Amino acid sequence: MKPSAIIEVTGLSHSYGGKEILKELNLSIARGEVFALIGPTGAGKTTLLRIMDLLEVPGSGEIRFDGQAVPRSGKHRLAIRRRISFIQQKPQVFNASVYDNVACGLRWRGVDRNTIAEKVDRMLATVELEGYGSRNARTLSGGEAQRVTLARSLVLEPEVLLLDEPTANLDPVSTARVEDLISNIARQRNTTMVMATHDMSQGQQLADRIGVLLEGSLVQTGNASDIFRSPHNAEVARFVGMENILAGVVVVNDEGIATVRIIDDTRGSDIQAVSTYPEGADVYACVRPEDVTLTPARHPSSARNAFAARVTRVTYLGPLSRVEMNCGFQLTSLVTRVSAQELGLQAGAEVYATFKATAVHVMERRPDR
Amino acid sequence: MTELWQGLTRAVQLIITLDPEVLEITGRTLRIAGASCILASLISLPLGSLIHFGRFRGKRALVSVIQTLFAVPTVIIGLFVFVLFSRSGPFGELGILFTPTAMVIGQMILITPILLGLTISALNGVSKEIVETATSLGASGFQLALLTLREARYAVVAALVLGFGRAISELGIAMMIGGNIRGFTRVMTTAISLATTRGELELALALGMLLLLLALIINIALNRLQQR
Repeated sequence: MKPSAIIEVTGLSHSYGGKEILKELNLSIARGEVFALIGPTGAGKTTLLRIMDLLEVPGSGEIRFDGQAVPRSGKHRLAIRRRISFIQQKPQVFNASVYDNVACGLRWRGVDRNTIAEKVDRMLATVELEGYGSRNARTLSGGEAQRVTLARSLVLEPEVLLLDEPTANLDPVSTARVEDLISNIARQRNTTMVMATHDMSQGQQLADRIGVLLEGSLVQTGNASDIFRSPHNAEVARFVGMENILAGVVVVNDEGIATVRIIDDTRGSDIQAVSTYPEGADVYACVRPEDVTLTPARHPSSARNAFAARVTRVTYLGPLSRVEMNCGFQLTSLVTRVSAQELGLQAGAEVYATFKATAVHVMERRPDR
Repeated sequence: MTELWQGLTRAVQLIITLDPEVLEITGRTLRIAGASCILASLISLPLGSLIHFGRFRGKRALVSVIQTLFAVPTVIIGLFVFVLFSRSGPFGELGILFTPTAMVIGQMILITPILLGLTISALNGVSKEIVETATSLGASGFQLALLTLREARYAVVAALVLGFGRAISELGIAMMIGGNIRGFTRVMTTAISLATTRGELELALALGMLLLLLALIINIALNRLQQR
């Protein structure tokens, strides 16, 4: 049996000043699920969350909360909204003490003073802000303020917690702390969460299921490995970090091993890939840059794809180096900084790039793209 | 120049020795202005919230009208209230013309647009994000209005102080509706005016200095409050 959905969105469209932000969106979130909404800035993530929090009335489409259709106006919206909490990207604290900030939602719900005091104190301890109660919340650092907003939402024990890029403005230490808090709460209270993020690793780490939102459409939903290993189309592939997306045509398919001829290739190379696409299919062959290994000479390995390449650019990304190469077609590899130094990688250097047939994800290429 | 100097020293003496007439006039001035300010804020804070959060046609025009009324001359309000409460006017039977009550009403009419307009702009100063955060946290309409007023409290207090200052410093209404009756409706501005025409410069200067002193004290108190 399908687990019961707490939020169900059907045929949701929304425009803002003539611009279509969300297009015919369907999404069902199960009770207790942690769902990550990933997509680039401007994809419509925030708008979708705002509509789910009933801050905005959608242009068209329906939302059901816990089986009931949400009315477009009226008092009932407040009753539903009080079962949902929303953590915004930029922490918004009221110009009042930390205690009053955390207590306000409970006060608005008519909870008695003693219960409020008890709950607020416990929550401040949970977010490690004990002793901050009487401080004005506006004097806090960004990380502290974000923990106040977390406490303020969590103290209400919402059935659904919506998070909009909760760590986008935080330093790495604060980010780790907030992520810990979120995953602890998800586990302890079995709270349903919908989290928007452009940070794919965060989605991967915290979520049960991921949805990719691109230009207002939910392009793909699935678990992390589905999304990262088998994107549905080139846009998703590009967004999830498949930097090597090579347009090609299947020339042979021999028992599940496809040979893909790369189109924009000066040498006319072929790539071997595990795929069921038949001969003649227009496809993209995608390879994650971390799956491309580099060696100084041709290596007798089991990898079916090996190409002589000339390095065109090396960029340092912390402990990793991103190496762009030309091997008739453009190829990018991610290697550790140490091995980049050992291989003497720099523009103009010659190396061998290899990757396995199983590392290649083949997907359909529509001629118009 | 010597006259001014003599006036000033005498004025300081009047203030230091707590001259009974000066004290009496100052006390009445504060009571009348205070009462009109409280009444005006009882109207302006709820009404301002209603206008700010309300969605209706002509809202901008209404705000423009309110802002225009900031500059209404006191004599026009004096005239208007005089007509209302004169013996043959619609409220003539109340018999409150030339009483402190009528002065309070007149000053209230004078400063209500100021308080109303400044309350609306104070509420406008609270960011949309804060209002939405409160909505998202489950505030009802009334709870939202209270929170927004609270967030705007410094600007609201500044509006109150401005309104109070306008009330204690106006002359037209106090003169036309109060009548400057000694021991009954005489306030600082009417007393200064009368004393000056009579040539009692010491009294006029003393009251004038006190009026400035009051303004200074209120301003300091406000600054203190805003630094908190």
